[in-house]
Amino acid sequence: MSTDVTVPQNPVPQDTVPQNPVPQDTVPQDTVGRAAVTPDRSQPYAALGLTAAEYGKIAELLGRRPTDAELAIYSVMWSEHCSYKSSRRHLRQFAEKAPPTDALLAGIGDNAGVVDIGHGYAVTFKIESHNHPSYVEPFQGAATGVGGIVRDILAMGARPVAVMDALRFGPADAPDTRRVLPGVVGGISFYGNCLGLPNIGGELAFDPCYAGNPLINALCVGVLRPADLKRAAATGTGNQVILFGSRTGPDGIGGASVLASASFGGNGEGAKRPSVQVGDPFMEKLLVECCLELYAADLVVGIQDLGAAGVACATTELAAGGQGGMAVRLDAVPLRDASLGPAEILMSESQERMMAIVTPADTSRFLAICAKWEVPATVIGEVTDTGRLEMSWHGERVVDIPPGTAADDGPVYDRPARRPDGQDALAADDPARLARPSGPDRGTELRATLLALLAAPDAADKTWVTEQYDRYVRGDTVLAMPHDAGVIRVDEATGLGVALATDGNGRYCLLDPYAGTQLALAEAYRNVAATGARPLAVTNCLNFGSPEDPAVMWQFTEAVRGLADGCLALGVPVTGGNVSFYNQTGADAIQPTPVIGVLGVHDDVRRRLSSAFGKAGARLMLLGETRAELGGSLWARVQHGHLGGRPPAVDLAAEQALAQVLVTAAERGLLAAAHDLSDGGLGVALAESCLAGGVGATVTLPGDDFTFLFSESASRALVAVVPGREEAFAALCAEAGVPAAAIGTTGGSALEVTGSFSAGLDELGRAHRDTLPALFG
Amino acid sequence: MTARVGVVTFPGSLDDHDARRAIRLAGGLPVPLWHADADLRGVDAVVLPGGFSYGDYLRCGAIARFSPVMSELIPAAQAGLPVLGICNGFQVLCEAHLLPGALTRNAGLRFVTRDIQIRVDNARTSWTSQYAVGQELTVVLKSGEGAYVADEATLADLAARGQVLVRYAGGNPNGSVSDIAGVVNEAGNVAGLMPHPEHAIDALTGPSADGLGFFASVLRAVVAA
Repeated sequence: MSTDVTVPQNPVPQDTVPQNPVPQDTVPQDTVGRAAVTPDRSQPYAALGLTAAEYGKIAELLGRRPTDAELAIYSVMWSEHCSYKSSRRHLRQFAEKAPPTDALLAGIGDNAGVVDIGHGYAVTFKIESHNHPSYVEPFQGAATGVGGIVRDILAMGARPVAVMDALRFGPADAPDTRRVLPGVVGGISFYGNCLGLPNIGGELAFDPCYAGNPLINALCVGVLRPADLKRAAATGTGNQVILFGSRTGPDGIGGASVLASASFGGNGEGAKRPSVQVGDPFMEKLLVECCLELYAADLVVGIQDLGAAGVACATTELAAGGQGGMAVRLDAVPLRDASLGPAEILMSESQERMMAIVTPADTSRFLAICAKWEVPATVIGEVTDTGRLEMSWHGERVVDIPPGTAADDGPVYDRPARRPDGQDALAADDPARLARPSGPDRGTELRATLLALLAAPDAADKTWVTEQYDRYVRGDTVLAMPHDAGVIRVDEATGLGVALATDGNGRYCLLDPYAGTQLALAEAYRNVAATGARPLAVTNCLNFGSPEDPAVMWQFTEAVRGLADGCLALGVPVTGGNVSFYNQTGADAIQPTPVIGVLGVHDDVRRRLSSAFGKAGARLMLLGETRAELGGSLWARVQHGHLGGRPPAVDLAAEQALAQVLVTAAERGLLAAAHDLSDGGLGVALAESCLAGGVGATVTLPGDDFTFLFSESASRALVAVVPGREEAFAALCAEAGVPAAAIGTTGGSALEVTGSFSAGLDELGRAHRDTLPALFG
Repeated sequence: MTARVGVVTFPGSLDDHDARRAIRLAGGLPVPLWHADADLRGVDAVVLPGGFSYGDYLRCGAIARFSPVMSELIPAAQAGLPVLGICNGFQVLCEAHLLPGALTRNAGLRFVTRDIQIRVDNARTSWTSQYAVGQELTVVLKSGEGAYVADEATLADLAARGQVLVRYAGGNPNGSVSDIAGVVNEAGNVAGLMPHPEHAIDALTGPSADGLGFFASVLRAVVAA
């Protein structure tokens, strides 16, 4: 709970004159004039994360040393987080290999990608990491991760309509996981629920590699009319620059504190400030409704959310996007802490803030709508025709730079990449050598294996987590956890809607980052198709170790190449994403973990497929080809603690054919349920579908029962056919060239594998459901 | 004549959109009401929706109860206007002393979203006349401070006067005293529900359509009045 008690006040204070008093007891500011005449003054560029070469480049661009405020801007804008300096040259492949599409209205480089879904609607979606803050302070770190991605979506002109979370932690039974996981889940619950956005799915995974580096990736999706698309551009000389939302405080400015104490003569005492931002979801809810009313009234020329690097990032990107200049009075920024100086104001990551460009004629109406929603709003500057970003502090000029040099001309590195020495040995360590159920007790062992996999934290029922999230608010949630994808209705009249899924598998990616990334893409694509939705577009969150480690850089380049090639083959463009490097402790990097989000379209959500077996008497079909593929599998890990060999083979043409069958079958009403096969294979999928619907099944496997139960071959799905439509469905599969085997029938209160074992749903359910409550209370 | 049912939007209201849809599906005309306007716009009934009014930073519903719209609503409710508070709206009605008791943190101290069963205890109120006593409904519970509490004397009064509207059936999800999920005032026009009937109006987007009866009930009550 925030310690800020917000008591509503009307009218909200808002004005256009500087309101912060000149601080009395600080040393003089470092102005542009002073910088010009003191070229040799030492500046703490290294403590701010800049190299000597980068510092030199700034001086060269400016023709003088930067002021402290300018140094603050360049240090954050040229950081890995904002500039993508290690990844940029690789990410170009997403554009170069983009499949032809006319659905993309905005893409990479914008706050989020925007896709036309027809019937006059567009959707925008993006996934972003908040890994490091969530480890330091799990509750607020995860909460503000939700807040940040929601503002990205809002800045595109859209109403945010749903969120998802892909979460990865250290071992489920590790003491630190009991600190981090409940905090993260509590933070997402607190922020998302208070914001009124349904949480419709995501992932939960555990591995020792994430022990000091949990992955907290948050996705948001929003809906807009294509004509309402907003851009981050400061255009129109004389237009006003308005900062609105929360006041600016000293949160998330660890870097600027370095600057303050090193160059402003601060003594360091009393400057101890939280490096993780604190969220106020109530303010964010007001900001959302306020922005939507401003958009509806057509009062916004350009808009940008304030996320990482706050005012520094918003002003430079708006100015650079508009190809014009901007003059900003930093002393007009409303503060929560009057002692903040210009560099700290520029770098503050206080949450729940937006910056808009508004014509002078519309400014009073803009401020009136902000006042209606009790959102503080302040004019802090205007658009100019100088081509320069200029900022003043109580009449003195502290920033004067060409904005493009900070926003677009950051350093780009071609980091060395080298295939790790151990990669071949890892691939050679085939799981074929591992012991499997055999002999007279084979059936009993297979049964025990299935129960063990269902109870493993990675595969266990996630209700302990998802029950803390509101999935119903707004009344348009058609599918949520535990189904393959979340489905949200966009248009009540026609039933138009979207499906979203995120997937990642660090184990597969460690064995082969190129194939592993394509498998993550294929799984998310398959998950969306399994609900009956047509996959349309991709977002990604690329979580890796340090780019300065050539082995990590090799994993990264392989993953990006795999994703770009995969998206081209599947015909789904990458619309945007996020790179998170430095997820490592000492020399130990996390497994390469690209998390891929796929968005699909339902022409009518009333025809969606769920993964639950709802009725007895439906024929079960296994679609796709099953091979003995257990490298990186859940079985190898849970039963043997083994990770080696090759991940399952990728066949994107088969993936496309399978998706086509699922989508067409849903449209024609041929299927009663569909569930994609992934971690734990057919055995886990069968148990999940039985448990979700409370209806059992009897199956006869068409080959080696161990392989058919636990292999993780890709491009497969389990479906229940609507009685009477078996021939039509078989014909559809044959036409598409998708192998389809009738394996049994739904019914009863047990999962029975003929000739092998039977397990009651109550026993399967207990194994599946009890794990997380036993671990986390 | 179509009944007009107001839905109040406080800063931080979240389920106002859903409440308006439920009223529309039940056959009524939803009328948006704004917290800062001391004006009920002549509506026939009012729903206070779920959410986190004013952020609930002081105590759930504690600030909303002092809003301008409440200055009109409180006397109107006392004079017989049908009012339903759902979740945060229930908290507001308790804070305003239109309903007895209070809502506190869930027994498990965590937010809980769950499809649950409730059983109708009183079917003679403005909001439950479409149901039968003992009827079980599947609706949605989603709250962090949903545990109903009241002192012994109040509980005895509630029982004696038939003011328990609905109870949790098949397990108490949040530690509410006597499994109480909703209460009603003595006159039967002001009701509070911790679970959300407006999320159970269509099997496509909710666990059932059982919740529609609350809204259909008030439309009938208004026409009969």
